[in-house]
Amino acid sequence: MFSPDNFDTQIRAILVKHGRLAVDANGLAADADLYQAGMSSHASVNVMLALEGAFDIEFPDEMLKRSVFASIASIRDAVAGIGQT
Amino acid sequence: MNTHEFKVEAAFGATPPPGLRLGIDIAQISAIDASLANFGEHFLRRIFSDGEVAYATEVPALTAQRLAARFAAKEATMKAFGLSEAGIGWRDIEVTRSADGACALALHARAAEIVARSGCTQLSVSLSHDGDYATAVVAALAPR
Repeated sequence: MFSPDNFDTQIRAILVKHGRLAVDANGLAADADLYQAGMSSHASVNVMLALEGAFDIEFPDEMLKRSVFASIASIRDAVAGIGQT
Repeated sequence: MNTHEFKVEAAFGATPPPGLRLGIDIAQISAIDASLANFGEHFLRRIFSDGEVAYATEVPALTAQRLAARFAAKEATMKAFGLSEAGIGWRDIEVTRSADGACALALHARAAEIVARSGCTQLSVSLSHDGDYATAVVAALAPR
């Protein structure tokens, strides 16, 4: 069961596996720009799908924005927000 | 012949500037194939319309190639109209195919509303692929 405390760990693991970053996601600051770190739009789709599978959620259309997937922190906030609805 | 359906709803969000809209994107076919392998039906149903999936899966050897071109078309449309922050569902930008093989864009829901608000009168898409890459270009005239 995931809690906000360990969201970051799981998000980083997903980014390592699916983000196709040019750097190690485990070493990124939570507010680092993932697109600047090498994540393409296709990779962000894979990250989204992996997040939905890992957290058993579905991002609503209004959250399918570039900014939502721009950083570990923004992803964490989005996942936590969906989990509260 | 280009087909698009517009559903006018309450206006919200920023309106892109008027004029020629142009977007292009390239997708790696093997990467799309990897998405299929990793996420299967979740990937297909989340990103592509039923019609897009039906066409792409008609010939299994061409599925990744056809999906890659359609993915590129969706991205190109997003770029042409500046939709990256609009909260658009991937299935709301759909590539349709007529009996003669010509491709067109069909927009739905919020994507249709935003494009309609721009006054877009002509919306064209062109797809291509070579080797491990598929590409798409979207062009439109939007007077508002």
